[in-house]
Amino acid sequence: MTAGAAPGDPFVVELQQFNGPLDLLLTLIRDERVDIYDIPIARIAEQFLARIRTLGIDQASEYLEMAARLLRIKAQMLLPRHQDDDSWEDPRAELVRRLLEYQQVREVSDMLGRLAEERRSRFARAWLPNQAVEPPPGPLALSLGELLAAVDRVLRVAREPHIHDVVPRPLDVDGAIATIRALLQLRAHARWYDVIRPSAESWEVLSALLALLELARRGELRLRQASPFASLVITRESAGQAA
Amino acid sequence: MNPLAKLLEAALFASSRPVPVDELAALDPEASPAAVVAALGEIRDTYNTNGHGVELVELGEGWQVLTRPEFTDAIERAQLAARPHRLSGAALETLAIIAYRQPIGRAQIEDIRGVNCGAILRSLQERSLVDVVGRGEGIGRPLLYGTTPLFLEQFALRHLEELPRADELSVTLRTEPRAI
Repeated sequence: MTAGAAPGDPFVVELQQFNGPLDLLLTLIRDERVDIYDIPIARIAEQFLARIRTLGIDQASEYLEMAARLLRIKAQMLLPRHQDDDSWEDPRAELVRRLLEYQQVREVSDMLGRLAEERRSRFARAWLPNQAVEPPPGPLALSLGELLAAVDRVLRVAREPHIHDVVPRPLDVDGAIATIRALLQLRAHARWYDVIRPSAESWEVLSALLALLELARRGELRLRQASPFASLVITRESAGQAA
Repeated sequence: MNPLAKLLEAALFASSRPVPVDELAALDPEASPAAVVAALGEIRDTYNTNGHGVELVELGEGWQVLTRPEFTDAIERAQLAARPHRLSGAALETLAIIAYRQPIGRAQIEDIRGVNCGAILRSLQERSLVDVVGRGEGIGRPLLYGTTPLFLEQFALRHLEELPRADELSVTLRTEPRAI
């Protein structure tokens, strides 16, 4: 242990500035000026726990896992061992390996940061930013007269709205029934085109069709169609005649 | 400048990305790759010695005309162009791991960094600095990530080999007290 900062130094850090538990651990090792190959685990673990007290709960798990790991290593270090036991493995070995690996990553990321910063200070031809910053529109300089004239122009250009009148046009099923009954009074058989005149409007066609179906349901007539789209043959039912 | 150099200058000016030498050579069927490289050197020297606001840089496996750093602030103030956002430390770490270990899965990255990397990987992917380059063996065939050509371009690297080799990095921590 070098004569560096005393434990419990009022060294205030924001945890947000660390990129994870390894980053914090590496910083502690640096600040405490200890040898990474011979980490004083008890002291470092204590420091680590002190730093993570201010943690937000969302990032706590990763730091707590490391804290638990440090405490386990600390416990393993306390186990008695023989002076010349060759089979003894330093419980810190895996942690040291990870720290060295992470240290390498940090070195590379520092270098990448410098490279990116250098490149950011140069523009390429026609480089289009992903988030293009639109210059804010200037304040509107306009008199009331100009505004009204503009409104007038817009209104003149806008087309007259086309208004549709929707009117109810009820079907006249009862009228059609009367017509068909009258027809069948005269003839036993009739065809579709006897019921509907050629220039009939669609509401008349619909009324006639519904009337035929209604009369068929009541048993006053029978409908027959030889093939699809063929003309309907209407036959008077004698039974319904009484109704 | 000789006619070939002028032709290359026009092509580099027209392109919005670094142009590889073989693509530049295709502009003139009679020009050899050596002549193209010589002409690129001529353009670069012209820009450097005659006092130009731009320079010719070799990066991203090609060549590109870039503005000089001293004019960046003025250009940005005038809103003619904007710098890309700076990457966070966490993003740079993730990128460093991918650059060296690619193709690499998310679990391995998180193992090295000791923290969750899902959100950072997504944002690096959105910025087109890394991309999925395959699937690994093992449970769930995890996605493997690698760096993109844009990564080289935005870090002004000519190719990945330009990154220092792992054994060139100073592995051990400096334990001596820092000079303050």
